[in-house]
Amino acid sequence: MMGLRRLVFGLFALLAIVQPGPARAQALVADLSDHFIAITTGFIGTDVLLFGAIEGDGDVIVVLRGPTGKELVRRKSRVAGIFVNDKDMAFVNVPTFYSVSSNRPLAEILSTNVRMRHEIGFDTLRFTPERAAGAADLPLADTFRQALIRNKQNAELYVEDPGKVVFLGARLFRTRVYFPSNLPTGSYTADVYLVRDGAVISAQSTPLVVSKVGFGAEVYDFAYQWPMAYGALAVLLALFAGWIAALVFRRT
Amino acid sequence: MDIYLPIAEISENVFVLLALGAGVGFLSGLFGVGGGFLTTPLLIFIGIPPAVAVATGANQTLAASVSGTIAHFRRGNVDFKMGGILVAGGIVGSVFGIWLFGLLRKLGQLELAISFAYVLLLGSLGPLMIIESWRAMRRQGATGLPQRKLHQHTWLHGLPLKMRFPKSRLYVSALLPLGLGCIVGVLSAIMGVGGGFIMVPAMIYLIGMPTLVVIGTSLFQIIFVTANVTFLQATQNQTVDVLLALILLVGAVIGAEFGTRFSARLRGEQLRALLGVIILAVGLKIFVDLFLPPFDLYSLAFAP
Repeated sequence: MMGLRRLVFGLFALLAIVQPGPARAQALVADLSDHFIAITTGFIGTDVLLFGAIEGDGDVIVVLRGPTGKELVRRKSRVAGIFVNDKDMAFVNVPTFYSVSSNRPLAEILSTNVRMRHEIGFDTLRFTPERAAGAADLPLADTFRQALIRNKQNAELYVEDPGKVVFLGARLFRTRVYFPSNLPTGSYTADVYLVRDGAVISAQSTPLVVSKVGFGAEVYDFAYQWPMAYGALAVLLALFAGWIAALVFRRT
Repeated sequence: MDIYLPIAEISENVFVLLALGAGVGFLSGLFGVGGGFLTTPLLIFIGIPPAVAVATGANQTLAASVSGTIAHFRRGNVDFKMGGILVAGGIVGSVFGIWLFGLLRKLGQLELAISFAYVLLLGSLGPLMIIESWRAMRRQGATGLPQRKLHQHTWLHGLPLKMRFPKSRLYVSALLPLGLGCIVGVLSAIMGVGGGFIMVPAMIYLIGMPTLVVIGTSLFQIIFVTANVTFLQATQNQTVDVLLALILLVGAVIGAEFGTRFSARLRGEQLRALLGVIILAVGLKIFVDLFLPPFDLYSLAFAP
């Protein structure tokens, strides 16, 4: 009976979080300056503006999540003076892109437990090793996990930036999210959280699509969907280009 | 001006790529070499993923070899019988090489294997060229070259399956060109080169072919083998970036034109010594990189 009562109580608490009462309706509104990022042949990375307004006081956290996938992390060790890949570990459900910005450091706004619930912050990401690690392997798995996050950070695909959310007066806020040129394609979501007294009192989710367009996209799709035709075309193109070059600079 | 390369999936400055193509093209015009063995390492130096650099290098070598082949074909400097056997060996070798390429990639050892192959080849080729041209320079002034036989006979010529090659005036075992073509095919698949720098000396010194038909016949083989490598890389690994290959080719064509004009002003031995130094320098750089601690011991890899 105790278990059931706790469950019912927990459900009510959850409803209170995700469905704020009518009095708090529209506690948070936010939108992106772009809902579509086109990776064209000239793509060198882009900034997207996220802006919104809150009702009453509170802190704002903005999380951009890319599609999840599998990532392989390799470790190099020194063998006879040479650095050689000697161990690897695959992780599943890894966000290809993950960026958190807030108006204050996350630790000051939310407890770890609440952050875990909403996956806010690198340490709360729920990706796991593909093969479940035994108890003895846990420290190793953690090292690989940290390495994955570090590599993603170096590639500018994982970003944690407290202070990037700026308030204009008491109600309006904005932040700028940078998407680098090596951006993975797919469906992204921008989640905005309004936090008051250590609890998320309102949240809004906005979709964002990243897609290759134009010539580059067509080449890529062609190469992966019709590899035989692409290979044959690459050969013919090289022969033709070489022949044209020979004609242009015909030697006597 | 940055350009997004669709298969390499990164942006590169188009002028850097053109300059790279032109630089290698200049050298190939100057020295009469394909230059694939410089294109691939240079692409890796500027950040192109090694798997893409190798496959695209083969595609670019194919394009760059066309004009030379046409010229030699017109002059009748191609031994088609010998070339056909070299091609047969090359097809077998490149199919095996592509399989090995895929296997090494899965094991995470592809980049190391590419580096090793380049260190071995450039590290032995560079010094050989320097020594050879040094000797040639010292021989200058002395009376002309000693008269040589048409070709030296070694145990290699006695292998079974002997065949007549009227164009090359040879009666040697077909296993010789078959094996040579095969080795070059493997190198082409793993290193993205045409392999002329190995094939030409081997055809002259091991098989004993007359110098006149060697270049044309090796180019004939390179066309077929790099075409096969391009096709197999595209179908099995999706690593051929045609946009990158075309940009490199534009640079290479212009560079080669200047290289050819410039070569008239330099002596052959000096040219070979210079090329030897460049080859040795690239080989040394790859060798040293093997020992330097990477930026991060952990890296994200292509997940199969």
